[in-house]
Amino acid sequence: MASGIKDKVAILGMGCARFGERWDASADELMVEAFEEAVEDAGIEVSQLDAAWLGVGFDAQNVGPSGIPAAIALRLPDIGVTKVENYCASGTESLRGAVYAVASGAADIALAMGVEKLKDTGYGGLPTRTRGTRWDMIGVTGSAPGNFAQLASAYRAKHGIDAKDLKRAMAHVSVKSHANGAKNSKAHLQKVIDIDTALNAPMIAEPFGLYDCCGVSDGAACAIVTTPEIAKALGKNDIVAVKAMQLVTSNGWEMQSNEWDGSYLHTTRLAAKKAYQEAGITDPSKEVSLTEVHDCFSVTELITMEDLFISEQGEAWKDVLDGRFDADGDVPCQIDGGLKCFGHPIGASGLRMVYENYLQLLGRAGERQRSEPPTFCLSHNLGGMPYQNVSSVSIIGPLGS
Amino acid sequence: MKQNSGLLSYGTYVPRRRLQRSSIHENNKWFAPGLGGLAKGEKAISGWDEDPITMAVEAGRSCVANIDRAQISALSLSSTTLPFADRSNSGVVKEAMNLADSISVSDRTGSLRAGTTALLDALHGNRMQLCLAADRRKTKIASAEEMTYADAAAAFLVGSGDVIATYLGGKSASIDFVDHFRATESDYDYAWEARFTRDEGYQKILGVTIKQALAELSIDGASIAHAVIATPVRGVPQKLAKAAGISPDVVADTLVANIGNTGSAHPLLMLANTLQNAKPGEKVLLASFGQGADVMVFETTEHLAAVNAQQASVTAPGLNDTAYSRFLFHRGQLDIEKGMRAELDEKQPGTSLARDRKTVLGLIGGKCSKTGTVQYPKTEISVNQTSRETDTQEDYLFADRIAKVLSFTADRLAYSPDPPNYHGMIDFDGGGRMVVEFADVEDGEVEVNVPMRMVFRIKSFDELRGFRKYFWKATPIRSVAKSGGE
Repeated sequence: MASGIKDKVAILGMGCARFGERWDASADELMVEAFEEAVEDAGIEVSQLDAAWLGVGFDAQNVGPSGIPAAIALRLPDIGVTKVENYCASGTESLRGAVYAVASGAADIALAMGVEKLKDTGYGGLPTRTRGTRWDMIGVTGSAPGNFAQLASAYRAKHGIDAKDLKRAMAHVSVKSHANGAKNSKAHLQKVIDIDTALNAPMIAEPFGLYDCCGVSDGAACAIVTTPEIAKALGKNDIVAVKAMQLVTSNGWEMQSNEWDGSYLHTTRLAAKKAYQEAGITDPSKEVSLTEVHDCFSVTELITMEDLFISEQGEAWKDVLDGRFDADGDVPCQIDGGLKCFGHPIGASGLRMVYENYLQLLGRAGERQRSEPPTFCLSHNLGGMPYQNVSSVSIIGPLGS
Repeated sequence: MKQNSGLLSYGTYVPRRRLQRSSIHENNKWFAPGLGGLAKGEKAISGWDEDPITMAVEAGRSCVANIDRAQISALSLSSTTLPFADRSNSGVVKEAMNLADSISVSDRTGSLRAGTTALLDALHGNRMQLCLAADRRKTKIASAEEMTYADAAAAFLVGSGDVIATYLGGKSASIDFVDHFRATESDYDYAWEARFTRDEGYQKILGVTIKQALAELSIDGASIAHAVIATPVRGVPQKLAKAAGISPDVVADTLVANIGNTGSAHPLLMLANTLQNAKPGEKVLLASFGQGADVMVFETTEHLAAVNAQQASVTAPGLNDTAYSRFLFHRGQLDIEKGMRAELDEKQPGTSLARDRKTVLGLIGGKCSKTGTVQYPKTEISVNQTSRETDTQEDYLFADRIAKVLSFTADRLAYSPDPPNYHGMIDFDGGGRMVVEFADVEDGEVEVNVPMRMVFRIKSFDELRGFRKYFWKATPIRSVAKSGGE
C-alpha cells in the first residue's frame, strides 16, 4: 500500500462563515467571510497561495461552473483554481486536492474552499436535478430523505429491531445534535429540542420525521494547508496535521449485484478501514477522540457509527440511547451540532466538519471544548444515496501523534 | 397460410380504483342536480401514470401469459384517446411486450368501434394477431359522461389452432351517423340527446346489422347463448336482442354498475366477461356501435376453461375511492399547487431513448454469458466483482419476473401526483435488482420482503414539449379473484 499522507501536511489556518439562511449574502460574500478568517489564522499574505480548490455541489443555482468564481471573489493571485464536485463529499474533495498538492511538493501553500448557496432555490431541501440521460429514464428521482429512509427499513429488518426502538434512537441523535448546536454561534439552528418534539414531528419520508432530517442552509468554510516545515517556519507551535484522507466511490455493486443488503454503507466501511490504516489506528472505538459524521439524516449518523467500526453491527442504536455519542459521552459525535444544526451547504460541509475538529485540537472550541484533549479527530462525508454514493473519511490530529 | 379460425386467448385490465358516483354527485349536485339518477355504483378510473398504452400493455401481457410471443406476427391498438398523434402507440406497446421487431403494428382509432373493427380484420386475416383496445376518455365536470365513462383495456389473440371460440362469421356497416363526436383538437365529446341515438342509431343501424348478420350466417337468434351488445344504456341491448329473435335473458352484463363505459375497449371487455361465464359449445354474439356497426358470432370450445382459469375476473372487486378531486387532478382538470419540486425539466433526448430502447421500454437487462451474473441495466463491464467480463451480456428479460422488497420508503417530499411516492430497491427471483418506483400501493401494504411484480407505467410528463416518458414500476402482488368458477 502507498505510504499515505500522515503528517505530511499541516493545517495552517481555517475559516468558517456563519451558516444559515443568509438572505443577505451571496456565495462570494460567504467565501470572503470564511477566507478572511483563515488567512488571518494562517498568518500569511494571500500572495503566498500557490494553488486553490473550490468545492461546490450544485453550481447551477449557485456560483456557476469552474474555479473562476472563487478566483474572482477572493481575488486570488493568478493561480490555478480547480472546481470539484463529488456529491456531498465536495468540500472534503476540495481539501483532498489541496492536501495532495502540498504532499506532492507541487505547492507550498494551498487553499481548499467550499461554498454552497442553497437558499436561492426558493424551497427547502436539496434541488431536484438530472442524474444523467440514462438514469433519468430508468432511475428514481426520489428526495434525499426518501433515499436515505430506506436504510432504516433494511437496517430494522436485518437486525430485527422494533420500529419504535429505532425511531427513539433516531430521535436521540437529533436531540443530542440540537443540544450541541445551541452552543455554536455559527450554527444555523441554535435551539435545544426535546425528544417528544422529534418523535411527533410531521412525516417527511417514512420513517423520517422533520427532525430526522438536516436543514438546508448557505455556508462556506476553508482551510489553508502547507508542509509541517513551513508551518513551523511561520511560527506555528501546536501543529494540526492531516493523518488520513480516504474516499471510496460506489462502482455500482450495491445497486446492481444482489449481495448488498441495504442496511449499511459499503463505501464508508472501506474508506474507514483505509483511513485507519493510513493514520495508524488499530482500534478505532478506543483511539478516535471525536467524530463529525455525515448526519444528513438521523439514521445515517446512527448506522455510520457501525460503519466506522466504533459501534458493533446492529448495536449502534443502543449506543446512541446510552449516550455514548453525546458531548459528554465516550466518543462525541457532532460536538458542533452537525449537519443537523448547521444545515448542509454541500460544498462547505466537509470543511466545516474539519474546522470543528481543528478548533477542538487547538483548544479553541469555547464552551463546546472537550475537556479531555482529543488526539484523532475524524470527519466523514457521504454523498449520493445509500445504494450509490461517495464516502470520505478524514482524520486530523496533533503532528507526530 | 390458412385463414384464422378464431380467438386463442383474451386478457383484460380494469384499474383497481373505483370512483364512487355518489362522490361525483356530492360535489356537483349544486350545479347538476338532475344527474342524481346516475349517481349509483362506481366506475373504474386509471391513475395519473396510466393511459391507453399502459393499460393495453397490462391486458396484452395477461392475454399472452401462456403463449410463445415469437408466434405473434401482428399487433393492433384500438383507442380514441391515443397519447401520440405521430409516434406509433402500438409500437410502444410492442416494445413493452418485448415482441419481435419484425411484427406489424397498427394504431386503430377514430371510432368507438375501432376495437371490434380491428378484431374483425384480424379474424379475416391469416396471421396471429394481438388485438388490444383501451380508452381513457376525459369528461366535462358535471356531465352525464363523467358519471358513466370509465377506463380499461382488453386484449384478444386471434389465430388458428386451439381456439377458445371459433369465429362463425360477421358483418359490418359504415354509416356517418353523428350521435356524438370529438374533434381532434378537443378534449371532450359533444353529444346529441340519447333518444336520438337510441331510435336512429342503435335500433336502425346496430339492430338492423345484427339481424342481417344472423340471416347471412343462417343462425337462428334463439340459438345465441350470450349476446354481447355493447350499448351500455339501460334496456337497449334487450330491445335489440328481442328484435333479432335473441332471448333478452341472454343479454350480457354491460358492466355499467361497477366499471362503467370504457369506450373502444368496452365491446371486448364485455366479451371477455361473457366468456368467463360461458360453457363450451355456446354461440356468442358480439355487437358494437359507432358510425356504423360491427357484428360477429363465435362458438366457444373446450379450450375456453383453461384460459378462463388463468385470468382474473373482470368483475373482481376494486378499491373504493371517493377522492373526486384526485380524479380530476389526474386528468389535468384541477390546477393543484404542485410546488417548485415539480419544476424539474423532464426533457427526453430522442438519442438516449433510441440507444436504450430495450433497457427502458422492454426492461431488458443483461446476463453474462461466462459467469451467469444477471444485472439491470446492462453495462459494458459486468457488475460481478470477481471477474471483469466485458461485452459478454446477453439480453435478459425482467418484466415478467417476480421480485421482493429489499428497502423502501413512502416519500412525502419528492413531488408525486399521487403522494406519498413509494419507492425502493427490489431483488428479482433469479438475480438482479433495481431501484424503482412503486405503483398502486396502499398505506401499510409494503414491507421488506413483500413480493412485487412489474407494471409498465408513465414515468413522467414533459409538459413543456408534450412528451411522456414510460418506464416500469413495481406493484404488490395481490391475490385476485380468478374467473372460470375458481
